[in-house]
Amino acid sequence: MNSHTCHYEYLDGNAAAGELSNIFTMDVTAAKGQCAHCGATKRFAEAHVYMQAPGIVARCAVCEHVILRFVTTRQRVFLDLRGMTCLILDTSQLIDSGQ
Amino acid sequence: MGIISRGFSGRRSAADAKLPPGQYLTTDFPVLSAGPTPHIPLDQWEFVIDDGTDILRRWNWKSFRDLPTETFTVDVHCVTRWSKLGTFWEGVSLDTILADVKTDASYAMARSYGDYTTNLPLKDLMNNQAWIAFRFDNKDLAPEHGGPARLLVPHLYLWKSAKWVRGVTLMHKDKPGFWESLGYHIYGDPWREQRYSGDE
Repeated sequence: MNSHTCHYEYLDGNAAAGELSNIFTMDVTAAKGQCAHCGATKRFAEAHVYMQAPGIVARCAVCEHVILRFVTTRQRVFLDLRGMTCLILDTSQLIDSGQ
Repeated sequence: MGIISRGFSGRRSAADAKLPPGQYLTTDFPVLSAGPTPHIPLDQWEFVIDDGTDILRRWNWKSFRDLPTETFTVDVHCVTRWSKLGTFWEGVSLDTILADVKTDASYAMARSYGDYTTNLPLKDLMNNQAWIAFRFDNKDLAPEHGGPARLLVPHLYLWKSAKWVRGVTLMHKDKPGFWESLGYHIYGDPWREQRYSGDE
């Protein structure tokens, strides 16, 4: 992303929690993701999420490259995660609760 | 440079407005964005036509603004279902931009500052159907609406009218852009309600 930008249009990653809970059984906002562009590893909750768009676009909080795109059409959901090299989900709560 | 005016028909009320299927009328101008708003200094702005390998034409802001401009009034339709009627713009016709470009390409990919892309048939950029717009409602186009300059292709859903446009790549084969690769229609005709891939 170039230096001629301002940052006021986005929400944090928690804003996407509801939509993502429709397809993930675990809470993705608590997960850590590694940006495929800059390599930064951050909690998804820290991502910059753009919701005023034809879909949901989450961008790396460090370099602003797209890490997740999500579109709901009439009968399908499209999910693009190619901007993340790795998504790390914490299963400790599942183990503690015996799931 | 001369200004040509075309197509001003006055503002219409919701009562007599004919909207594409599934659309509702709005009088404000919602701002949609998939990323941070680029703020491009005019002395760094450029617009490039290329064929994927070679640059065919290039303009800086001064040479772009030396091109003949047109004012035009068009209706715009967003795939998120709002339509805004009678919007008044000034811009440079793509017919002017492409006049000296020799190509046998059939498709185009519009590219933006901020890395947004959208694809469309090259013929949809020609014949008085598309502009690089830099003024809206007699004011310089605001950054949140795509300023300093945006593509405007009003006969297709508004996601095809790339904000912050920086160039067009001519292609022999069609290739999906940012939204077209994630479930949105490859063409996007609002009157045929071509919102999503699979819509006829």
